[in-house]
Amino acid sequence: MVDSAMRDAVIRIEGLHKSYQTSAGLFPALKEVNLSIIAAEFVAIMGPSGSGKSTFMNILGCLDAPTSGRYILDGRSVAELSKDELALLRNRTIGFVFQGFNLLPRMTLLDNVALPLIYCGIEHKERQQRAQELLAKVGLADKTASLPNQISGGQQQRVAIARALVNHPRLILADEPTGNLDSHTSEEIMTLFEELNSEGITIVLVTHEEDIARHAQRKVHFFDGRIVSDQVTPRQEATA
Amino acid sequence: MILAMLGEAWRAMGANRLRTMLTMLGMVIGVGAVVLMMAIGQGAQYAIKQTIAAMGSNLFILLSGSTSAGGVRSGGGGNLTLTVSDADAIAELPGVQAVAPIHPGNAQIVYGPNNWNTSIIGTTPGYLDARSWPVISGAAFTDSDVRSATRVALIGKTAAQNLFGDEDPVGKTFRIRQSPFVVLGTLATKGQGMDGRDQDDTILIPLTTAQRQVFGAQFPGSVRMVMVQTGTQEIMPEVEASMTELLRQRHHIREGMENDFFLRNLTAAADSAAESTRVMSLLLGAIASVSLLVGGIGIMNIMLVSVTERTREIGIRMAIGAREKDILLQFLLEAIIISVLGCFIGLLLGIASALLANELTGTMVIISGSSVVVAFSVAATVGIFFGFYPARKAAQLDPIEALRYQ
Repeated sequence: MVDSAMRDAVIRIEGLHKSYQTSAGLFPALKEVNLSIIAAEFVAIMGPSGSGKSTFMNILGCLDAPTSGRYILDGRSVAELSKDELALLRNRTIGFVFQGFNLLPRMTLLDNVALPLIYCGIEHKERQQRAQELLAKVGLADKTASLPNQISGGQQQRVAIARALVNHPRLILADEPTGNLDSHTSEEIMTLFEELNSEGITIVLVTHEEDIARHAQRKVHFFDGRIVSDQVTPRQEATA
Repeated sequence: MILAMLGEAWRAMGANRLRTMLTMLGMVIGVGAVVLMMAIGQGAQYAIKQTIAAMGSNLFILLSGSTSAGGVRSGGGGNLTLTVSDADAIAELPGVQAVAPIHPGNAQIVYGPNNWNTSIIGTTPGYLDARSWPVISGAAFTDSDVRSATRVALIGKTAAQNLFGDEDPVGKTFRIRQSPFVVLGTLATKGQGMDGRDQDDTILIPLTTAQRQVFGAQFPGSVRMVMVQTGTQEIMPEVEASMTELLRQRHHIREGMENDFFLRNLTAAADSAAESTRVMSLLLGAIASVSLLVGGIGIMNIMLVSVTERTREIGIRMAIGAREKDILLQFLLEAIIISVLGCFIGLLLGIASALLANELTGTMVIISGSSVVVAFSVAATVGIFFGFYPARKAAQLDPIEALRYQ
């Protein structure tokens, strides 16, 4: 499956290195990483803390630049893009879902979901309409005027997913999206991700829980800045 | 886009109302002070200009000099050294436009049951030219009235009101001391003089009438003062020199002896008064501008705090696609809204207090369109200037660091 469709790769990473300057000297966070992810894949990135998976996610999300190596996202070499073009990529091509939800606390849920649309110049009316649709899709159609602190953590994460989806991205990057949730709610969120994946959205998810990772079709293990295993497994049905 | 940003800036300001209002207060006070000071300064300048215009332009006043008899020196005008023929001779000098010999005094005036004490000025028709003082109803007296010492008078507004009430004074007969006079005309309103006296509380009569019939004169033909007007301000020094020369000759004053007259340049005195008012209003404006500057620094301070507090929010916005300029614009807009809104309130407050000052103390205030425009543009500039640094700081945050910020 990985080999069959290289030309349809959403993400192609070749010889990626990333080092940080620390007080103790140059610290290599990623060493010689190669990875291709094709459209509509559901990939779980796993590994212990300090293994470089967060750094890898930051680079995938165009929030950080590699020290060396190539990163081709959706056919474009990221290293050659300007800051504004990177912002546009984050706005249109990528949707972020964070562990801590990262909703803006003073905005209603509707405004939170509509926020990315402001940055690509979409009119107020259409923004509201699209945000409304997405909230309905994640099952929160009746909470549009609530504030983030008035709803549960699971609901907040649904709102964050709606926000990530609002600009129809090809790729969703989720960094420990269930880390702050109980197991039951986690299952609900993962089911939502599976649904989105079945609609053709590529999902890359960082987790250290096997339970969560089994929702993915492919598990990539990081250790000490390198990919140590890359397994494709048929999806297991949820049991919980 | 801009509209959405404005909405967000508004919401962010509303989130901490007290802080926003205190920040704005700095601008309010700054702009209010500038507007008030400019209103007072321009009012003072206008009042001075009015006074100068009322006095007449390019004026000299010649006063009879002092004498010293047995060691006792009389003051200026103590000895009537100037004469009508001096005045006639001065009139012949090049550059002199109008000359008016003056014999002033005070007297009781009576009309029916009313009486009033006012200043009586005995002079020639040239006086009206020299002081640019038009007759608004009736007619002025003429040189022939002066030659034949007729009992006619021109009456100032205050004197007329006190003597005639609402009646039209033209053609009425009234008495100065015991002598009957006919009112020939009424004078235009002059207002307050440089010394604060009401210039409209006055009556003009022919010089000869004043000398012979009202006040009497020690020496016929001598006068206490002469008013001289030149054509332009530039030739005043020249005329001053030639006038001094002429009078010294006519009075037979030898080399090295003191003048027996005083020559004053009234316009120079007025100009220096105008200049000092101008400097004062500049100074007031400068002091007020300092408070505007302090207001601006207050905005910068609060914006910096706000950027730090909202670091995480900035990180989230960047992650979902905000460009540097979007973040910059967001914070800049907040600073601009605060300063423009503060400016608007300050403007209202400044205008209100200027009007109040005018109401309570009678100080002349002028609120000009230009001072409003200046205050507004300065406030907007202050907002952009002091808002730019915090906004740029926000825009240049590293999104990863910002997202990690607790």
